[in-house]
Amino acid sequence: MAPSSPPSGTNLFLYLLLLFVLAAAVAASAAAPEEEFTEELLLRPLPDRKALAHFYFRSSAPPAASVGRHHHLFPKAISQLVKKYHISELELSFTQGRWNYEQWGGFDPMSTSNAKPPGVELWAVFDLPLSEIDAAWKNLTHTLSGLFCASINFLESSTAFSAPRWGFKLNEGNLRYGALPREAVCTENLTPWLKLLPCRDKAGIASLLYRPSIYKGYYHSQKLKLRSSQSLGIILDQTLTVVLQPNTINGKQLHSNHGQPQPSWSIRHLFNRRLSGKCLVSKSSKIFMEVDKGIVDKVNKSGGDPSWNNEFFVLWNGPDRLITDLNNLDVQSSSIYEYDVSNYSKERPFDLGITWKLPLIWSSTPSPLHASRFLMGSGNERGSIALSFMSTNLHKEIFGSPNDCSIKAVIFQIVPWYVKVYYHSLEIFIDGNRKTVSDVVDKIHVTPSEDKLLPGTLEMLLRFPCSMQSATLTLDFDKGFLHIDEYPPDANQGFDIPSALVSFPELNCARNYPETDPLLGSPLLENFREDTAVKSYTEVLLVPLTTPDFSMPYNVITFTCTVLALYFGSLLNALRRRIGEEERELTKTATKRGLIPLLLAKLRGQKVDPTESGSSSESTGSKKLLFKVVFVAVAAVLFHYFSNNS
Amino acid sequence: MPLCQWHYRDSSSANPLFSTEDAIEANRFMKGIEAAAGVSIGGIDLAKFISQQIEDLGAEVCYHKFLPHSKHFHPLKFFTSMTNDMAIQPNGTDTNFGINTIGIIRAPRGDGKEAIVLVTPYNSRRVDSNELLSLALGFSVFSLLSRAAWLSKDIVWLAADSQFGEYAAVSAWLNQYHNPVFLSHSMILDTKIYDGNAEKAEFFTFKRAGTMSAALIVKVGETRRYGDRDSVTMYAEASNGQMPNLDLLNVVHYLAVHRQGFRVNIAAFSSLLSSAWLRVIAEFFHNLGTVLRKINPDWKLDIAVPDYVEGTANLANSIYNQALGVPTGSHGAFRDYQVDAVSLEFSPTFNVRNENAKSLLLLRGGRLIEGVVRSVNNLLEKFHQSFFLYFLTAPSKFISVGVYMIPFALLLAPLPIVAAALADGNKSMEKLPENLIDNGKASVNADVLQNKGGSWKWLQAAKVLLVIQLWAVCVSLLPYYITQIPDFTPMQSAVIWAMLSIIILIALYVMFGSPYPAGVEWKLLKATMITSISIGLGLMSIINFATAQLGALIVIPMCLFSRPLKAGSGMHSLPRAVLLISNITLAVLGFPPAALLIMKGLSKGSWTVDVGDFWVWMEFLWQWSSATYLYLFLVHLPCWLLCIHVLLHPCRQELKLKQE
Repeated sequence: MAPSSPPSGTNLFLYLLLLFVLAAAVAASAAAPEEEFTEELLLRPLPDRKALAHFYFRSSAPPAASVGRHHHLFPKAISQLVKKYHISELELSFTQGRWNYEQWGGFDPMSTSNAKPPGVELWAVFDLPLSEIDAAWKNLTHTLSGLFCASINFLESSTAFSAPRWGFKLNEGNLRYGALPREAVCTENLTPWLKLLPCRDKAGIASLLYRPSIYKGYYHSQKLKLRSSQSLGIILDQTLTVVLQPNTINGKQLHSNHGQPQPSWSIRHLFNRRLSGKCLVSKSSKIFMEVDKGIVDKVNKSGGDPSWNNEFFVLWNGPDRLITDLNNLDVQSSSIYEYDVSNYSKERPFDLGITWKLPLIWSSTPSPLHASRFLMGSGNERGSIALSFMSTNLHKEIFGSPNDCSIKAVIFQIVPWYVKVYYHSLEIFIDGNRKTVSDVVDKIHVTPSEDKLLPGTLEMLLRFPCSMQSATLTLDFDKGFLHIDEYPPDANQGFDIPSALVSFPELNCARNYPETDPLLGSPLLENFREDTAVKSYTEVLLVPLTTPDFSMPYNVITFTCTVLALYFGSLLNALRRRIGEEERELTKTATKRGLIPLLLAKLRGQKVDPTESGSSSESTGSKKLLFKVVFVAVAAVLFHYFSNNS
Repeated sequence: MPLCQWHYRDSSSANPLFSTEDAIEANRFMKGIEAAAGVSIGGIDLAKFISQQIEDLGAEVCYHKFLPHSKHFHPLKFFTSMTNDMAIQPNGTDTNFGINTIGIIRAPRGDGKEAIVLVTPYNSRRVDSNELLSLALGFSVFSLLSRAAWLSKDIVWLAADSQFGEYAAVSAWLNQYHNPVFLSHSMILDTKIYDGNAEKAEFFTFKRAGTMSAALIVKVGETRRYGDRDSVTMYAEASNGQMPNLDLLNVVHYLAVHRQGFRVNIAAFSSLLSSAWLRVIAEFFHNLGTVLRKINPDWKLDIAVPDYVEGTANLANSIYNQALGVPTGSHGAFRDYQVDAVSLEFSPTFNVRNENAKSLLLLRGGRLIEGVVRSVNNLLEKFHQSFFLYFLTAPSKFISVGVYMIPFALLLAPLPIVAAALADGNKSMEKLPENLIDNGKASVNADVLQNKGGSWKWLQAAKVLLVIQLWAVCVSLLPYYITQIPDFTPMQSAVIWAMLSIIILIALYVMFGSPYPAGVEWKLLKATMITSISIGLGLMSIINFATAQLGALIVIPMCLFSRPLKAGSGMHSLPRAVLLISNITLAVLGFPPAALLIMKGLSKGSWTVDVGDFWVWMEFLWQWSSATYLYLFLVHLPCWLLCIHVLLHPCRQELKLKQE
């Protein structure tokens, strides 16, 4: 095509623009994997009249080569972090409060992957030679510390982290794990976490995160999970799990389960915010309402159909889809009602709620063994850690006959070095009878602690008989002494032993959704379908150690100085004086006697030398002076007394 | 006042949330439990009612079953027997057991590392309306706390079944909490209370919260008609004179007096309150103080007479309770596990049958407990400033260790010097006869000097001391064997004890030789006695300071005054008579049974002699593992016996010297 006339400037610009747009479109269609962002929220009523809300945000970036240095949606800070430290997996969680395994469930994906120990927990798998991992971990903790406004940098010290081989997650020695049980969690940690989202909390589901509402809850866990590989690129999952107490209509919270129906609540009730549409850059934006197996069973038993409007409860909106979970025996266990938020806008805000019609009591599926941990003994010298397991009789439902089956449990426990655990003192009691260790322990791996260098790590695979009702493991320990500058602030509170992790490798809590299609791209449900072993964390323990009185150095300094001063003073005095000189001094003073030696001499009955008459008249003069002084003093005291009296 | 008092009191405790609704809740609970108590057989219904109420609040609940702790004298584990005793395993055959009911509130946002314990003792066998009121008070506070969003520590409410004594119940629970025995499930369930109700099975698994940070024991006592205000009596003394941190007492006192308008008392010697001579002393000090104040208005030394008398009575009681080494209530059980605890006994002015007065008491008591719980809850660290050593003179006034150490140190400091002086004086006395020999005079006493090893003479005295100490150890162990014989009255036991002691003493003398024929000089004997007593008192002051201080007041004059009755013939008659009389008085006073009798006479006014009393008293001391028992028998008694030896010393040598 030959232009008849030279193109004008505007035309040239238009051409170029067209060319550019075409090129961009071609490039976009050629690079199939794109940066994606999805936002989801799962709501679930809990048996103890509370409500669980689980926010799930996924950002993913395709493999680095195709994208280069810039990102559209994916947070750059995270991709830089992944590249710099060669992270293949990372999980960081900030948690406040305790997950109630008995009431809120211990046998579902929610408790397994989102119930976290109080404080901060960080673990990472590095794609690096083993010798470089520790250095990378140290740098990583500092980076995360800056990124999330938290004291994660305390995990830098080798006394704070450990390298479990199989107790936490099977790995080739490239995993590092650390926990800070005392870290307080607040909005300062949430804000940087929200900054990683493309819409922050300005639009979409994240706009529900009204701080006073979510921090008022009973449990609050904010988590960041990273996975990266050459084929996948980087996948960043950000979750926030909160358990909230909905207010009932008359404003009074009721705890008792009988008589009263469950409190009805809605999104607006829980978060004090309205949901006005999705985050525009998100690929999908969905809200799920999950109804527990317990409720579904009750509904089925009463003959109703498990639709959104049955005789027990009614949801405020009809769902877009109903997803049911089938367990091994193809029995429906829980239902999920799905809502798509993309159709709503500011003018037409979305609200979802549940209204209970009848009082309903149900319970969540517990984990097969309820694990709890406590301290034994008293005093500042020694004690014992006890881990107790109470059977919840779940195996009867799963396995049927409780005769010759067994439950496998893996315990992973980190103990700080100043709690000196004697691992040989492990004792196991099953139903009150002491068992030999080899009867119960299948596999054990212990990294003993080293003073001021390494924490102790215990990984243990146990096999309990199914018929067991209770089991207890005890480990004795000595309490160590710390150097004065090793005490943390608020040392008098005591020292924490981080939560132990108990997992049941043979029990799988994955959900099984019949629709095998990719679930219309819901990462949350995909996550629920992943094979994960049932896990539960135990309590954090507080060990009171001997703590010095930190004001003591002051006292010691004062005392020592006094003693030294007295000692050196008297020593110098004794060294400096010469006896001969002293005697000469004495004779010198004897020649010119003053008043007091004279008086002493008189008292002793010696005669005053008559030659010293002059000095005696002098002494009478000083006597008069003394008398005058005493008289004036007495007069002054009397005057003062009477002047005060009047 | 300690400086740290103020930052433990949180400003938010100024506005208590405990309202009249909670008081109504308490009343409702009270009615319910009265009804349950009416139909109760063996007190199990009460525990059931309480647990039902706790469950309705949404809190965790469990029972703790325990057997009465039979107290025996264990000489080998004297101090450890209290804490390290394994819990007695209740088995199915026992019918005589107590049941504690425990409710636990998990702090909504807390991490469960720490817990605050509330205890309300009640006797399930013999229900008393005051105890029910204290249960109602405990329940209403618990119900308020179960709704509190501000909790950061778990709350444990222990309704302790005090049919075997409240200390036994609380101590059994604490023992199970800290030193558990892992029982099989079936064994626990195999009891009478478990009546096949499947839901209740989980109630018997022992539930725990974290490390205890403080404990509060709440009781409602008898109606007292003195004063116009309801009063709270604080009890704090634990075993062996241990006290809870003073800041806990200060928090309670501040909130009770300045927020809720209670009158706060501590236990006092009532006999001192009405004694005339103390009043005279008080008036003298008051007058002196006013004169001094007129001279300088800054000297505020004029203490009002009633204040002085009350302070002295409180102080005397505080020292006495600490010196006795027996806890004054169930808070003592907590102190054995290093938990600060205090007992509060509410005494209403009006009869609790009066509904209005009852509601008011519930309201104010509830607010006080809420305030204390809130103050402890808001602490990040535990109570830790070293205010553990003190005597109370008033609920808000105390004598700190820095002050009360001084008189004791002044009493103790001269002892080594006196001992050294006596030993040295003895040496110089030796030189005297040597001089006589040098002077060429015939020496009769040369043989006396020859059989003594010169400067090693003190070994003889040390041997006497060792024999007597050995005897003291035997005497202190004797009760263990005497208690093995069943069916003895205290009188018989005491007589046997005394007889055996004397026999052992004679046997030891036969074996090792009596001190007098060996020719031990009384000054050396006295020097060893003083050395041993200063070591003994020094050791005791570390274990229980109050005992050491009271003991020093008796023992030190007794030691310093002691000289043979036959000696000192060269002195004037008046000083000699004074010395004789004081020696004999002190020796009588120093004998433990005599001292007990005099103390009983002074406090109760009854001068009847009962030998069995001494046995009962000693039994009381060793049952509570009081170190005072050890002090009496390992420090005081040998010292007294040595004193008697010195008093009865024949002074042959001195007489011989005189004859020269």
